[in-house]
Order: sequence, then structure tokens, then C-alpha cells
Amino acid sequence: MTTLSAPLNVEFDYTRSLGPVLGRFMTGLRDRRIEGIRGDDGRVHVPPVEYDPVTARKLTDWVEVASAGTVQTWAWVPEPDEGQPLTHPFAWALIKLDGADTAMLHAVDVPGPEHMSTGMRVRVRWAAEPVGSIHDIACFEPGEAVETEPTQGEPVTMVTTPVRLGYTHSASSEEARYLNGLLEGRLLGQRCPVCQKVYIPPRGACPTDGVPTVDEVELPDRGTVTTFCIVNVPFLGQRITPPYVAAYVLLDGADIAFQHLILGCDASEVRMGMRVKAAWRPREEWQRSLANIDHFEPSGEPDAPFETYSQHL
Amino acid sequence: MAGQLAAVIGTGQTDHTAKRLDVSMAGLCREAIDRALADANVDWPDIDAVVLGKAPDMFEGVMMPELFLADALGAVGKPLLRVHTAGSVGGSTGNVAASLVQSGVHRRVLAVAFEKQSESNAMWALSIPTPFTMPVHAGAGGYFAPHVRSYIRRSNAPEHIGAMVAAKDRRNGALNPHAHLKQPDITVESVRASKMLWDPIRYDETCPSSDGACAIVIADEKSAGANPAWITATALRTEPTTFAGRDQVNPRAGRDAAAALWRQAGIDDPLNQVDAAEIYVPFSWFEPMWLENLGFTAIGEGWKLTEAGETEIGGLLPVNPSGGVLSSNPIGASGLIRFAEAAMQVMGRAGAHQVSDARVALGHAYGGGSQYFAMWIVSANKPS
Repeated sequence: MTTLSAPLNVEFDYTRSLGPVLGRFMTGLRDRRIEGIRGDDGRVHVPPVEYDPVTARKLTDWVEVASAGTVQTWAWVPEPDEGQPLTHPFAWALIKLDGADTAMLHAVDVPGPEHMSTGMRVRVRWAAEPVGSIHDIACFEPGEAVETEPTQGEPVTMVTTPVRLGYTHSASSEEARYLNGLLEGRLLGQRCPVCQKVYIPPRGACPTDGVPTVDEVELPDRGTVTTFCIVNVPFLGQRITPPYVAAYVLLDGADIAFQHLILGCDASEVRMGMRVKAAWRPREEWQRSLANIDHFEPSGEPDAPFETYSQHL
Repeated sequence: MAGQLAAVIGTGQTDHTAKRLDVSMAGLCREAIDRALADANVDWPDIDAVVLGKAPDMFEGVMMPELFLADALGAVGKPLLRVHTAGSVGGSTGNVAASLVQSGVHRRVLAVAFEKQSESNAMWALSIPTPFTMPVHAGAGGYFAPHVRSYIRRSNAPEHIGAMVAAKDRRNGALNPHAHLKQPDITVESVRASKMLWDPIRYDETCPSSDGACAIVIADEKSAGANPAWITATALRTEPTTFAGRDQVNPRAGRDAAAALWRQAGIDDPLNQVDAAEIYVPFSWFEPMWLENLGFTAIGEGWKLTEAGETEIGGLLPVNPSGGVLSSNPIGASGLIRFAEAAMQVMGRAGAHQVSDARVALGHAYGGGSQYFAMWIVSANKPS
């Protein structure tokens, strides 16, 4: 069977409050000035560290260093990735700026690896429009320091660090059988051969007994609301407009409830034990997803007695 | 009591608040650490190992914060471990740090936990839609609200119990200089009038989103000094998030952890032998739920203790005299704050929210979908 998979893109613009040390460093970069900090052993750390790596003491002795330095070591990047400092091939290098005792990592822009060597002299190429970020150093280039036009502005206290993670989410073979069933409007679970509990979606292994679940069980599209909440909160990334009822629905014949949406009645009428049936989307819209069931709605049957579902809470 | 004696000799916390934009994560941790070292009267060379707790990476978008924080944590050249058990992580961090001393491996261990919620959005991080599923998830409140409803149905608890817990914890928070929310004038009525967020959980029954950190110094018998908080029992238990027949209201992992904890501490009547409890209550109804899960009351009876006012400061079992998670919630740190506050009570260092004559106290944390549990008992009485 071919594996079912779908993209799962996770992205967020995290903010970072920089604090007194990185804030001053970033402010310096925005002003086209590089400042390091002197550690308890006299070494000048560039970029500056907030706490001494040996004594753990808070550091406050600032030292301005040069915008040129010496390559300590390097590695060639023939095919840059998205988001790297340069879009064409470049070198990553550890660069010790004049006046610093530690090396910083940055990109060096040269036409090819034959132009790179340990010990070579490089200087900062400043970004055209500094904003208070490590990217204010666009990259390094061969040569000695040159006079730069200083810029000025408010102290830099925050940076934004966007994180983008692109995953391919794959279904297990058991989940794939279940999803293929949904494509045909069928609800396929699996029974544990030891405890006889029916799982939907199937897990492949019983979480209680640890044995493979192979016995397939087709379940009806009606069941009981075991418990629920009414979501009134809007939030970033939300797919359903609040208010909505997120309920645990226990299909008849299943031993575990899944969460789904309840519509077809006022939210205040939804109750524990309410009998519901699936409202399927039009067949032409069906995909390999539980979202083929648009929602569950009251079936009109009398409520299930509490004892019938109390062990599923 | 497992292994060598271990005791809390100092604790430190930040003043928890919504946004600490003036400090980095390192600076936030150091504020708590520096206070803990001062409280313990020790300095960096005295610390043998560091244990860091931090909630799931997506909450702040920092993978392996223990690496970039090593300098700030004073961990260079020392063992540094990170603990990772979702919202219970602060508690687990305390237990792991204690075990490093109880094992006889280290004399003094620093436990640190933090969260800088302002740099991210936990609601978003807990609701990322996974392919092939219904996107009905709505953060931690959306996860726990149905189980709170189940508790109310099973116990027949009156609707105002949740509001009573919230009002009590927020009033307690007003006595605590470190608390994020200080609401001395809150009432049961004002809580009940607040907006329903995830029915049946209201706005005022919900924990805030906080920036904060907590640190604890744990020492062996020789280094413990006078009047420490002796760690007389620790327990950790875990269970899967979902399985057929799982009891989401009264999870077995919590029951098992509590049973092991009482046995280890030599406690057979928790309600009468424990003087103060710091229990992880991020949504108000979890107070009665965990009172039952922990065995302080019979099943279905937890809310009666709350209703009778016995969980107030001055009651039979003061619960969350610090104001609890309902008053401050830097998620990763919240569990360790419970553990630290329990220690502060038996050391007599809790200030305005001190429970008088507190000799034995519980620190408790849970996380994930009520699947990780971490607890400890601290005592003013040195185990014999």
C-alpha cells in the first residue's frame, strides 16, 4: 500500500527580548559598531556573552572591537539554503575580529573556495539599511577595515525570529486503511485481540496490551456524546469560527471516543449522553479525512443512560 | 525514603508577570537562580550539577535551551541535564535534582525551570492542526474543559465550586509578592460573572500567561544546614494520553504516584498529616479533582472540602496559599514553583502567605493531557 501523507507546516514569528547585553550588541550593529564584552579572565567575547563562561558572573565591561579580522577556519557552501546570508555559493567562517579573543560565525562572500584560506583578512560588509539584527552584518568580504558612516536611533530591545518548519505527516498503514475507508464513507476501526476493545481511529497496537490490532470492525455513523465543551475563544490559527461545540463522540460499538463538532441544535442544548448521527459532506467533496463528516447532529433518539458511557469519561 | 537524605536549602523566584521585556531568557533564569543561591547561602563553586526544566520547545521556539543557557546556568564544566515532561516539567525537574543528591552522586544540585510565554503563543502551539483529523482543538482549556464537565457530572458538585477555588487562589496571590495576578477584591460572584471561555471554564477560572522562572538548591545531609525542607518522598508516574477506558477525571498515573508518595513519606492519613499543599491547578475545577486523585478525600468528595472553606489558609488543608497556577503560570516553571512553595512553607519562609505551624507540605505538578505526574513531600522534621 502506498503511504498516505500530507504537508504539515508549522510557522510562528517568535519575539526575543534581548536584555541588556544582546540589546546593546544589536544596537551597536544597527549603528555600525561592534562591541564585545570582557570576561573575568580578561578575554574579550564577540558576540558578547551575558554571563562569564568560567565564573558564571554577570559581565558588564564593554570593549569596542574592529570591523575587520582574521579567518580562523571555514567551510564552503556550494548550494546555499533558503534564509542563509547569501543566495550564491559562499563560505561559513569563524572570524576573530581585531581586539576580540573569541571568533564569531558569519558568511564570507568570495567567488570560490580557492579564494578562502585560514589566516586571511576579512572586513564587515554592512547591510544597506541596518535594523538592529545580526543581519546588519550582511556578510564579510576580503580586505581591511574602512571608515563607515555611523547610523543612530532608539536602543534595540527586541528581535523577531521567524521559525518555519515544513513536515510531511505520514499516516500509519492502519490509519491509512481507516482514511481510505472514509473516502468511501465507511468508518473502520480495529479490535484488540486481548482486551477486545475497539479503537477508531485504529492504532496498529493496543495501548493497553501492546499487541497488534488486526481485526477490522466497521462502525455505524451514530453514537453518543460522552462529554464536550463549548469553545468561545478565538485564537491564532483557529479553523472553526467560535462559538462551537467540541464533543467527544463515542460511536456505537467503539470503546474510545473521538473529538468532533456538534451542530444542528443550539450549543446550549448539547448534553452528555445526547445521541448524535453524522452529517456527511456531499460525496464529491470526500477526501481521506474525518472531515468528510462535516459535523454530528442530534439523531432524535432518547439520551443514552449515564451508565452506558460513564466508563469512557 | 529512598537513598541518602536530601533537603531544599534555598529557593528563588522572579516576580512573575505577563511580559518581562527587559530581560533575555538567560537573565530571567538568573534572577531566580541568584535569589535561590542567596537564600541557600551558597555560591557557584558549591553547586555540583544543574538540572533545567522547560515546557515543550514550540512554546518558545527554542530547541535545546540548555545548550545556549549553559553559561547563564553556571553549568560549564558541570553535569547539565534537561527534563522534559510538558506542563509537569517543573515538578519532574525538582524530583530529578533530588535524585542526584539522594543517590549520593552530588552534594548540592541546582534545579531551574522557566517559561517566557510572551515570546510565543501557547494556545497556538497546543492547537496545531494535524492532517487527517478534525481541527476542533482549542488549547489547554479546550482539552481540559470536557473532563471538567465529566467531573461535575460524576461528583454532582454545585456549579459555584470552580468560582470558589478561583476567588480563593487569586486572594492568596495578593499575599504573594511573586504572584502575577493580585486580586484581593475578587469574589465568587465576580468570577461567575466573568466570560465563559471554554464552557464550563470561565475567564477568571483560567490561569494567566506568564513570564517567570524558579530555582531551588537541594543539598545532602552534611550540607543541609539548619532548618531546611527535608525531602521525605518523591514520585513520578506516566500514562498514555488516550486509551479505551481511560479515566480522564481521575487518572491512574496520578493515583499511583500519590499512593507511592504517601507510602514513602510514611503518611497514612494525608488530610490530617499534611499541613499545606501546592497543587497544580491551572483551571479552578482541578482543585477538587486532584484532592480526590491524591487521596485527600474519597472520590466525589473533593468539592466538599473546598466548599467548606477547608482549603483556605487557616483551613484543614490550605491548598495553594501562594495563589497557585491560577495566579502565576510561567508554564515550564509552574511545577517547580509548587515544589519551592511547599519547601518555603515548611522552612517558615513564605511571608504573608505562610501557613502557621506548617511542618509537612506537598508539591504537585501534572502535564500533557493529565498524563505526567510529579510530586514531592517536604518536611521540617528530619527523617530518622
